[in-house]
Amino acid sequence: MSLKEKVESILQSDLVELSEFRGDICVEIPKRKVIEVLTRLKEAGFDYLSDLFGVDNLAYYEKAKKAKKKKGEDEPEEPKRQGPPPPRFEVIYLLLSLSTNERLQVRVRVPEDDLVLPSVTGLWRAANWPEREVFDMFGVRFKGHPNLRRLLMWDEFQDHPLRKDYPLEGKGEERHLNYDIV
Amino acid sequence: MTKELETICITTGPTEVGEYVTLNIGPIHPAMHGTLRVITQTDGETVVSAKPEIGYLHRGVEKLGEHLTYAQFLPLTDRLNYCSAICNNVAYEMAVEKLLGIEVPPKAQLIRMIMMELARIADHQVCVGILGVDLGALTPFFYLIIQREEIYEIFEWHHGARLTNSMGAIGGVEADLPERFHEKWPRLRDTIRKANDETDKLLTHNRIWMDRTIGVNAFCGDDALDWGFSGPMLRACGVKRDLRKDEPYLMYDKVKFEVPVGKHGDVFDRYMVRMLEMEESIKIIDQAYALYKELPDDAPLMKKVPKIIKPPEGQIYHAIESPNGELGFFIRSDGTDKPYRIKIRPPCYMVYQAFEDLVKGEMISDLIACLSSLNVIAGELDR
Repeated sequence: MSLKEKVESILQSDLVELSEFRGDICVEIPKRKVIEVLTRLKEAGFDYLSDLFGVDNLAYYEKAKKAKKKKGEDEPEEPKRQGPPPPRFEVIYLLLSLSTNERLQVRVRVPEDDLVLPSVTGLWRAANWPEREVFDMFGVRFKGHPNLRRLLMWDEFQDHPLRKDYPLEGKGEERHLNYDIV
Repeated sequence: MTKELETICITTGPTEVGEYVTLNIGPIHPAMHGTLRVITQTDGETVVSAKPEIGYLHRGVEKLGEHLTYAQFLPLTDRLNYCSAICNNVAYEMAVEKLLGIEVPPKAQLIRMIMMELARIADHQVCVGILGVDLGALTPFFYLIIQREEIYEIFEWHHGARLTNSMGAIGGVEADLPERFHEKWPRLRDTIRKANDETDKLLTHNRIWMDRTIGVNAFCGDDALDWGFSGPMLRACGVKRDLRKDEPYLMYDKVKFEVPVGKHGDVFDRYMVRMLEMEESIKIIDQAYALYKELPDDAPLMKKVPKIIKPPEGQIYHAIESPNGELGFFIRSDGTDKPYRIKIRPPCYMVYQAFEDLVKGEMISDLIACLSSLNVIAGELDR
């Protein structure tokens, strides 16, 4: 059984989208079923969490919008999309099966107005710092995380630097140390 | 945080957790390997809790990567694990090559392998040497560091840099092995073996060394996998896993080598695994060089790659076995000449997050031993 068929049989109806690129398989799963599906994948052999990180899709959508505008300026505007806009963030889990050495990318889309995901630290303790980093860099919060603080940036920092709307040069923040002498 | 900073140095007296002493170690401390910081709670000399704080060397490499072209990002990868920069270079190049869907010529693959194994020896030598220094054994450090310098001379000879190598390019390597490599390597091999042998004689059966390392922060294999360990740390815990064997890349499936595995996951096993791996690396270089010599002199070194690299839309993850463990690059391309998102999976990031589990209940001096044996590199950890 190929990896693709195997994943399809494990996920069944929870599979939103499956894409393959250069032999890497990426599956999308619904946000409300993250824990359930990942538990199922873990039991089915994908038992090692290799990494966990976020992706911001903002620039990608903006580019697509611009390309559409350029294509037909005279044409009447397309009817507006029904339903909510496409979710802005993605969180990607890189899973590995230790027995068969197969790798799988599992992605969850997270909309901007609901930046909460359940934490998978209960499944893999390895998710501890990566989840903190996603919170630090993208502002996605993980429900049930034991210690959700900023990891790489300092605690008083306000923004989320890896978001696409955060400038490369920063916004002129400086680290101020407030020594309140009591 | 501000409250915490006030109580940074030493606080005594009853606190919320009992009568423990809060002791802050780092980020600037000779034993803390760069800019690592651990806030410990101690009961006498026993560590009750140790919370690592990281981010003191965060340079935003991933953010920078989104604003640089694929070729421009290469020199930044040197600054991740600066003890074995070549492994980072090759890992990144291979990830981009996977994204482009190209395979490099066999000669370039073999040169990469030889250089990576040399870098692995250099990395392990530093790690073992520093571990000795932190435990009070200064002599082996000099034996090893002299040999590392010889290895760096080969690097300098080949691509002109000692530490931040930026070796090769996307699509292959620029330069062939130096002409007199066949003379220099056998001599270097003998001296590396001699230095390792001397280190082994000085340390392995040394009573003090054994007392300081055997049984110190032992870790079991299941816990290690749960925490996402990889590389020598995982193998010391008794799990036989090496990406060079399990997911062969380059020509690692054509050479014969053993994967040394420990049993208890303590500092001694980590030291032994590293010592044995150096010997395996020497074997790999010998075999790779023999394969290299079979190829004609004018075999191509570079695959034709366009000057401006524009990979198709898509995302890939590619990992190699760096001296510290699984080093992976996730790259998403949106079809332009700059990567849309680069994520680096540094091996010691996963290891260091388990630090509290590793050192709880040990002595403070064992905390230092543990940190050295993990070989945490701040540049790679904070990115």
